[in-house]
Amino acid sequence: MFGITAALALAGGVGVIACRRPVHSALALLLVLLSLAVDYLLLDAQFIAVLQVIIYAGAIVVLFIFIVMLLAGHRGEGPGAGARLPAPLAVALCLLFAVGVLAVLAGPRAGRPPAGTPGVAGAAAPPFGTIQDVGRALFGRYLLPFEAASVVLLVGVIGAVALGKRLPPPDAPAPGGPR
Amino acid sequence: MSVPAPFYLGLSALLFVLGMIGVLVRRSVLIVFMSIELMLNAVNLTLVTFGRTLGSVDGQILVIFVLVVAAVEVVIGLAIIVDIFRSRDTVDIDDVDLLRG
Repeated sequence: MFGITAALALAGGVGVIACRRPVHSALALLLVLLSLAVDYLLLDAQFIAVLQVIIYAGAIVVLFIFIVMLLAGHRGEGPGAGARLPAPLAVALCLLFAVGVLAVLAGPRAGRPPAGTPGVAGAAAPPFGTIQDVGRALFGRYLLPFEAASVVLLVGVIGAVALGKRLPPPDAPAPGGPR
Repeated sequence: MSVPAPFYLGLSALLFVLGMIGVLVRRSVLIVFMSIELMLNAVNLTLVTFGRTLGSVDGQILVIFVLVVAAVEVVIGLAIIVDIFRSRDTVDIDDVDLLRG
């Protein structure tokens, strides 16, 4: 199961950065997000898997596709400007980073919990990562960050409304007049 | 967890690198944004994997906050993109160089 989702996620990731048209990239991103939701289920993070489908696959991808349609008809990418890193160099640097990270992961201690942590004893362990557990932590120890997150969302809403408001041309009458 | 954690971490690293390549190479600002989402998701997978390995639910809590910030970031970012598109009629990030010295 993990192999299938990993292959789908990587294929989608390549699709995101390789597709010419933004719509196709958004659909490839959807593939990645759904594959990762299955991975979360495999990792006993049911609540995160549900959130992934609802928020990412549901809301964020829809927003992306909406904006792509709003900006329909824009020209594709023209010939590159000189100021940016040349693409082959950028890809080479990223691959160097990948080699470094994977070398760490292939090391002898990778992925093992540090000594002294209780860890999880396989199938004998009590149900882990249920919504009850997450909710108890979220509304107990993490109540203050949770409330702060609501403020962040509020700021996002206000910012989006402020940015989305069509600004009157400079010589137009002050707001309140006819648009 | 039948598959050992390093496999999940490896998948996450590869997805992160794909996002990195997208940010550095592509010039359509929408695709750059999607690549950023890709990187955020890779980090989320790492957090969930480590939370599972350590038997702690804190990783999932952090993922929830990353989700909140990602949602707000997408909303604000796309609003800015629409604004730029309205005023400059482009979504190519190389064309938006007003602050270049």
